[in-house]
Amino acid sequence: MGYPHASHPRESAVLSKHFGDPAARTLDGWKARGGYQALEKALAMSPADIVTIVKDSGLRGRGGAGFPTGLKWSFMKPGDGRPHYLCCNADESEPGTFKDREIMRWTPHALVEGCALGAYAIGAETAYIYIRGEFTEPLAYMNAAVKEAYDAGILGANAMGTGKRVDVHVHKGAGAYICGEETALMNSLEGRRGNPRITPPFPAVSGLFGKPTTINNVETLVAAVEIVKLGAAWYKQWGRADNPKSTGTKLYSVCGNIARPGNYEVPMGFPFKDFLWDLCGGPLPGRTIKAVIPGGSSVPIMTAEEAEGALMDYEGFVAAGTMLGSGGVIVFDDAQNMVKQIARLARFYAHESCAQCTQCREGTAWTTKILERIRDGQGTATDLDTLLDIGESMTGKTICVLSDSCAVPVVSGIAKFRNEFEALLPKSRNVVSVSQAVA
Amino acid sequence: MSHGPSASGGALPLKGAPHDHHDVPHEPVFTGARRHDIDAILLKYPTKMAALLPALWIVQEARGWVSEGGMAEVAALLDLSPAYVKGVVSFYTMYHQHPVGKYFVQVCTTTPCNVCGAEDVVNTFLEQTRCLELGATSPDGRFTVIEVECLGACGFATPVMINSEFLESVTPDSVPDILAELA
Repeated sequence: MGYPHASHPRESAVLSKHFGDPAARTLDGWKARGGYQALEKALAMSPADIVTIVKDSGLRGRGGAGFPTGLKWSFMKPGDGRPHYLCCNADESEPGTFKDREIMRWTPHALVEGCALGAYAIGAETAYIYIRGEFTEPLAYMNAAVKEAYDAGILGANAMGTGKRVDVHVHKGAGAYICGEETALMNSLEGRRGNPRITPPFPAVSGLFGKPTTINNVETLVAAVEIVKLGAAWYKQWGRADNPKSTGTKLYSVCGNIARPGNYEVPMGFPFKDFLWDLCGGPLPGRTIKAVIPGGSSVPIMTAEEAEGALMDYEGFVAAGTMLGSGGVIVFDDAQNMVKQIARLARFYAHESCAQCTQCREGTAWTTKILERIRDGQGTATDLDTLLDIGESMTGKTICVLSDSCAVPVVSGIAKFRNEFEALLPKSRNVVSVSQAVA
Repeated sequence: MSHGPSASGGALPLKGAPHDHHDVPHEPVFTGARRHDIDAILLKYPTKMAALLPALWIVQEARGWVSEGGMAEVAALLDLSPAYVKGVVSFYTMYHQHPVGKYFVQVCTTTPCNVCGAEDVVNTFLEQTRCLELGATSPDGRFTVIEVECLGACGFATPVMINSEFLESVTPDSVPDILAELA
């Protein structure tokens, strides 16, 4: 079930079934709900066997990129004599996304378990959970859960009495969207500015403190717990029969102009139209839905018509011209001006650019300036062409994809809502004579 | 980091206050219990530098902001240069490089909240706290109001942070009660 709305019968609550239940937050409460069985099972297995189960499940990274989790874990080589690290990316800051926040608020031990399990599977003795600094409530619950797990001997030098060392530490961020980019996250954890790194070397070769490292999203690690407990075949029950590339359930955060905002968990392949209208209640009274961003602000904007035809999995959203991304669904109704809202998104990216790459530093700033002058009726006839030109120079040319992410809503927004931009631009460049104007 | 055309971001220097707070001698932060805290934190990492963000948080929690003296103390503690520490401090939006009001109010106005009326919420805070300008501190020194980029609680528009308190579903109508609670 999602939160804060009541559970909907068409949801498949696996990761979210204890949302809204404060009793699930404590160690005793988590154990009473089957907690730490997966970790106990995992610690009795070989790391390679755990990786195989996760590979077989088809689980893909839930942070946005959708990279196969088991494959990512298999890049790590346990036993090579070097320290290995797991980083949990809990720097949830993608506009529209607030699912990891609920996982940490309601089931903090699920994440402790996922971190311990994931660390063991990749041959790491230490996992760091990097939580954005603004998440004061999730930070408090995660710190309490980690302490409880240490006090109970679940974590530490003799994890669950197995003689194996598993440490999990919470690390508090300090305000920077870019630290959700995995190489920036590692730099930030090391005590540096959160500038993304040039890859290769990839983190599995040289990551945190120069050692082999895997970075996983909160939702990914929590899903791995259920997969290890109940098996790959169990997880694959969800998904379209004709699309084996997307399996399991996915948590979606829904916000903006929608009747019932909140978190919803549905199987891969769920019809987006049913999702928006049946589960989320459709538009606000008297309004119609105009546009939807389905996977956080960095994926292409869809018209309402396009959204109604989409299937909710990695391939389904690509077929509809966008991406699943983080699962942050932002709904815009007919009362919104798309130019104003796209300008606001551009401002977000301009503010959050780490400023390493010129295309991003200058591109996000100029995109914002131009969009805001169009919004304010001060645009020029060539502004749309200029925006598209800047967008082109911001795509695929920088160390990380923040720059691309700024261009995406601008380019897709102009393509789909060009009339709203043109309505704010000078109608014609023809000179109107005074006599005509007076007449 | 804060640059470019954004109006949101960090606080401005305290308006109307003498700008001599940088000259006040620095009282060491890492003594007693706080020294014990940072020693425990250092055990979690293989390098001293990794304790930089946690150490800066301890300074800000103790003093309300991170002064040049605080940066120098952290630099000495972690074998870093003060310039390096300042470079890190200035990257992250949550460290205050100037004193701020007793209540630091951050209103999310990014797109998902914006379409739900967040601009009205921030304007109501600006008026009712008499800050009048984003990033400025109210004449009584009690409030600083800023716009913040996505707080990650978009389904609970509009989220507002007041110091470390995280409020959900704030509307212009609920602002007077929130401010009365702080009185």
